[in-house]
Amino acid sequence: MSRYPHSVRVDADRCDGRRRCLRVCPTEAIRVRAGETLILEDRCIDCGECITACPSDAVVPRTDSFGDLGRFKHTVVIPSPTLYAQFGRAILPDKILRGLRRLGFDEVFDLAITCGDTSLAIENLLEEHKGPRPLIFNGCPAVVRLIQVKYPNLVDHIVPIKLPQCLAAKEIKETRSRELGLRPEEIGTFYVTPCPAAMIDIQQPATEGESHLDGVISIADVYGPLLAALESVDVESYRRGLESICILGMGWAVAGGMHRTLRIDNVLDVSGISEIIKTLDDVERGRLQNVALVVAYSCPQGCVGGALTVENRYISYNKVLRLLETLEREHIEACRDKREVRERYRRRIFHMEHPYVPRPLRSLDRDLGRAISKRKRKEEIYDGLPKVDCGICGAPTCLAFAEDVVMGDARLTDCIFQAPRRIKELTGEISRLLDAIGGGANP
Amino acid sequence: MQGFSRTFSIAGQDFSKGGSASLEIKEILREMGVDPALVRRVAIAAYEAEMNVVMYAERGEMSVDVDPQTIRLSLDDEGPGIEDIERAMQEGYSTATAEMQQMGFGAGMGLPNIKKNADLFELASTFGKGTSYRITFHVAPAGQP
Repeated sequence: MSRYPHSVRVDADRCDGRRRCLRVCPTEAIRVRAGETLILEDRCIDCGECITACPSDAVVPRTDSFGDLGRFKHTVVIPSPTLYAQFGRAILPDKILRGLRRLGFDEVFDLAITCGDTSLAIENLLEEHKGPRPLIFNGCPAVVRLIQVKYPNLVDHIVPIKLPQCLAAKEIKETRSRELGLRPEEIGTFYVTPCPAAMIDIQQPATEGESHLDGVISIADVYGPLLAALESVDVESYRRGLESICILGMGWAVAGGMHRTLRIDNVLDVSGISEIIKTLDDVERGRLQNVALVVAYSCPQGCVGGALTVENRYISYNKVLRLLETLEREHIEACRDKREVRERYRRRIFHMEHPYVPRPLRSLDRDLGRAISKRKRKEEIYDGLPKVDCGICGAPTCLAFAEDVVMGDARLTDCIFQAPRRIKELTGEISRLLDAIGGGANP
Repeated sequence: MQGFSRTFSIAGQDFSKGGSASLEIKEILREMGVDPALVRRVAIAAYEAEMNVVMYAERGEMSVDVDPQTIRLSLDDEGPGIEDIERAMQEGYSTATAEMQQMGFGAGMGLPNIKKNADLFELASTFGKGTSYRITFHVAPAGQP
């Protein structure tokens, strides 16, 4: 079992070597070696950029299928609010939940309510927070991993509150096992997600401690069967449907949504990996200490931009926004009572049991003296490279290639631009050889 | 022979590039496996110094020198210089314009922040000509090999 199992794998049969993934990866975690596309485990942050970029659908998320339901005596499906975002005001969550249940689950759980609770818990956390500022929202697993890998100094800025899906799965297992007389492991909890990184919270949680989720199903996989099931679902009334929506939880699907109705001063919403990197650079320099909370989503527009969604991210973003506006106009806030959440917060129901820890990238060498020599060697190699970042060697940039050579993971001759030089050298060697044996003259 | 050295040019008023040299320095140190807390201190000092050039000077050059014992930042700029160094080192003292403050700079924390993060900070300036910074960090705590 590897140290960091990841959320994606490359299907060698489908990969035709176009190397789009190589170029889009924000942490330079992909290499092509001997014709095979590899993901460097310690660098990958599970953002899913490679899934979206691959023109051959060769980067495959490791999600589960409905077939896995049979392992359990009681199954509960927990959809991310982003599933609702695929439909917006046209089909409301109450109907979607009923439709989902028909796909073979024993029970559906409205995660938006738990998301709303978690927003309120974060509001409580901010009120009493005395540590480093700004805090950084932990709802996006790729952002958490980006910090662990590239900003180890900032791990103590990450919000130490459990993710709603983990909290929900834990509570479901506890209550249902009691009520149904089952063992917790006989109850299957399945998270329907827009995010390829979700499965790693099961196999490789960002903090220690077990996950209570049993499986992860992609929105893309559920969408078709759900649409078919929805045709025969009836709901009481549109108004009742609206009244069942937790506005805070619904907001989790989009950038800017999870704190929309909270009283938090100075929240910074960021989305898209390259913008997040700039923002984290600023946090690291101490420039954003006046900001209380940074809410960052690696996918543009938030989870509606996730690689496993169906609808265009801008359209689903708009759908959520219009739904939120409707709820605001109608003064509907079907979230739990603030006092109740505060009381649970005080009992530390929301707090993570283990802190986030850094997962820094390997350095050139453990010994600083040797690392300095290797860094110099890397620059020498880089100076001799064409700097076109063609990717033919299998590394994303000439600079990354130079590092691979220094670390012994690639050979300088893997660079195609070294070929003419090598041919020239060989030509010289051959003519010298021919001269030496006196065979230089034409017959 | 043993040390690593690299020089960056910094252009005055180039706010879009401002901070890129200190970012690169941070990445170099990270790759070398320098302790993350020390990397952060160097990066903050480098950034404050770099932004001082961007905000006040015509141009400048910043070098980083790394050997197994010390990390040194040296910055020399051509610019207005600092009239009263003692005052400039006080927290909250700033000659930044309202525009710079609008951008989140010029809170009068720059030089004090460099001093706070450095093990040794020498600042020299000729008024009307330029400023030079020598900022030193010890890799291992003093007294340790």
